[in-house]
Amino acid sequence: MSTAAVDLFQVSKFYDDRVVVDALSFTVSPGECFGLLGPNGAGKSTLARLILGVASPDAGKICVLGEPVPARARLARRGIGVVPQFDNLDLQLTVRENLLVFGRYFAMSAAEVKAVTPSLLEFARLENKADARVSELSGGMRRRLTLARALINDPQLLVLDEPTTGLDPHGRHLIWERLRSLLARGKTILLTTHFMEEAERLCDRLCVLEHGRKIAEGQPHALIEQQIGCQVIEIYGGNPHELLPLVRPQVQRAEVSGETLFCYVTDPEQVRLRLADRTDLRFLQRPPNLEDVFLRLTGREIKD
Amino acid sequence: MWQRFAPALPANPWSWIAVWRRNFLVWRKVALASILGNLAEPMSSLFGLGFGLGMIIGGVEGTSYISFLAAGMVATSAMVSATFETIYAAYARMQTNCTWEAVLCTPLTLGDIVLGEVAWAASKALLAGTAITIVAVALGYAEWSSIPYALPAIALTGVTFASLAMVVSALAPSHDYFIFYQSLILTPMMYLSGTIFPMSQLPGSFQRIAALLPLTHSVDLIRPAMLGRPVDSVGLHVGALCIYAAFPFLVSAVLLRQRLMR
Repeated sequence: MSTAAVDLFQVSKFYDDRVVVDALSFTVSPGECFGLLGPNGAGKSTLARLILGVASPDAGKICVLGEPVPARARLARRGIGVVPQFDNLDLQLTVRENLLVFGRYFAMSAAEVKAVTPSLLEFARLENKADARVSELSGGMRRRLTLARALINDPQLLVLDEPTTGLDPHGRHLIWERLRSLLARGKTILLTTHFMEEAERLCDRLCVLEHGRKIAEGQPHALIEQQIGCQVIEIYGGNPHELLPLVRPQVQRAEVSGETLFCYVTDPEQVRLRLADRTDLRFLQRPPNLEDVFLRLTGREIKD
Repeated sequence: MWQRFAPALPANPWSWIAVWRRNFLVWRKVALASILGNLAEPMSSLFGLGFGLGMIIGGVEGTSYISFLAAGMVATSAMVSATFETIYAAYARMQTNCTWEAVLCTPLTLGDIVLGEVAWAASKALLAGTAITIVAVALGYAEWSSIPYALPAIALTGVTFASLAMVVSALAPSHDYFIFYQSLILTPMMYLSGTIFPMSQLPGSFQRIAALLPLTHSVDLIRPAMLGRPVDSVGLHVGALCIYAAFPFLVSAVLLRQRLMR
């Protein structure tokens, strides 16, 4: 029996002849926030389904909260809270009724649900909306209710599938703050995302995925340091393929993505000086981030 | 093999109740409109055909035509209620609203969800069938003493047609396909099963086909009960309905597992 919250060993999943997850292994320790980072179609949601036992792997072993999955997934799910990629709340029911209905799925009595409802509403900042129908809530409120609903069984592990997709920046920051408070309470979080910023802010460790394969794994800052380790200057406004030969001597490495030239340099001023006469160009100088790591590893941006 | 299909079966004898209660909670908010909407059609058929044709026909099988028809309408409305709840409402919960997807992330199994949905559709069938029985009894077209015998038969009819409809839901790519089930299966079955006229009016070969249909078994249980007559071959009819309920239930659970848990 594994002490890890989630343990995947050489897991593969095919849909028809297409490989969606390719011999993937990783371990999530109790209390950590582990991110699965990759573009749409990288296999993130399939992995979440495999971990929940809603889909079965074609090869490999999965163990979640000490239970083999999918064989004993039902038992594992007692200790898991899930925030799906798309809200699936009961729109006709009120906020309070949604919590009641979900609590019953975990064999909780009405009294037990009633006892935890105030703290969940407070957590979700929905104290004033307890008797509002879900159809009356904003997107951000619905997302927070989905998160509160995932906590109804006081889970050890939270599986969050793109928890902030579709939210405005304010809503996103509020969710991040709530997730950090859950980590402070000792919950384990497995998070899938294609937001670099989300992964960088929240995750202790992450696994970068492309076409169901692991292309990197580690702490966000260590990955950035290992893979990039210098400043970044983005250049827009010209033909990046024409600009590349001009700056080549000044940069350690450069990547073209769309209409942007990404230059990885220890001294960004030299690049600016080299292109000082080009008034048509715009420069963005910044520290390296996970976006650069992904670009370096795959040769393209993650945005999709 | 067992492990492969375990998620398609109910985890225990009680988990499905949570699914039933969720549907009940949502229905309670629109209960009055739902009851009136579900009763309007069978009631208008009962009175329209019962009075209109009843005057021309006179008596059928030793009773008034409207009394004969009342039992047929009870069985038909149970069939239609259970079917519509499954192919439209449950299908929407599975396909459009992703309600089932949320439940699959809890300790409930797919089998618990399917059983909860079948039980819920059967409950709505029981409600519709019972309401018509009470109206028929109140107007003197059926015996008061028939109610305790008719109710279990109505409930079993509901379970049977909910299970059958669950197979249709499991196979349908979209709700546009349900019209085929209604027009090619349910409507002919209603005419063949002795709900509106006695089966003895059918040609011999059709009678043999009709004898195999689940609605025929429902009518053969419900009609004698409502008319206060002894029911022949109870075991045969109950057994046939149980087979029509259990086998499609298992088939639908396996099909839904392939559809939803790939």
